[in-house]
Amino acid sequence: MLIKISAESFDPWSEVRDYQDESGQMAGKFGATSLFVGTMRDFNEGDDVAGMILEHYPGMTERALEKIVREAVERWPVIDTLVVHRVGEIGPGEPIVLVAVWTSHRGDAFDASRYIMEALKSKAPFWKKEVLKGRGERWVAHNTDGYLKTE
Amino acid sequence: MSIKVRYFASLKERVGRSEERVTIAEPITAKALWRQCVPELSPPEQILVAINLDYADWDSLVKEGDEVAFFPPVTGG
Repeated sequence: MLIKISAESFDPWSEVRDYQDESGQMAGKFGATSLFVGTMRDFNEGDDVAGMILEHYPGMTERALEKIVREAVERWPVIDTLVVHRVGEIGPGEPIVLVAVWTSHRGDAFDASRYIMEALKSKAPFWKKEVLKGRGERWVAHNTDGYLKTE
Repeated sequence: MSIKVRYFASLKERVGRSEERVTIAEPITAKALWRQCVPELSPPEQILVAINLDYADWDSLVKEGDEVAFFPPVTGG
């Protein structure tokens, strides 16, 4: 179970591959891996977004994420997890968050991954500030609901 | 009793500071601490409270050495 807060841009695909290779004892043990990657868009609420600044609460962020992962592991038979979250200045197209879950069967991988992601969105102390093209900055006021269809 | 108070994101900009040290005579609720630190603003309903890095309530007691944080709804991910 690894949680990383990254001030640098990261490549979610190599993060997953490296972590899986590192913990080589996992080979043959898992039957399912689910990956969720959240990426920065260049639009929001009808405006062009040039960049984003992600603030967090060091210490509490790690603690909140550890609690969320622990809850998922208690609820589903999870073999391992990897969570990486960006902070600082982010550009469009750059990954913001990675949630990877390894399990024996796909249902648990999907469910645990979704649980971690939705709990992260509502509990982990991160805040996004958008830099709009030519129109200053604004704080993102709330998240969209992951369980509702969005337009 | 000395308490560390921290503010984040839009709230930090609104109150004009990211942290401060305050002195209290006895344990008080987070709401009372807010009234002491930010008397110009009644505690906004959507503002969240954390004590020593864990979520807490407005009625939770704050005591010597605690770190209390006030912040708006989180928007990570």
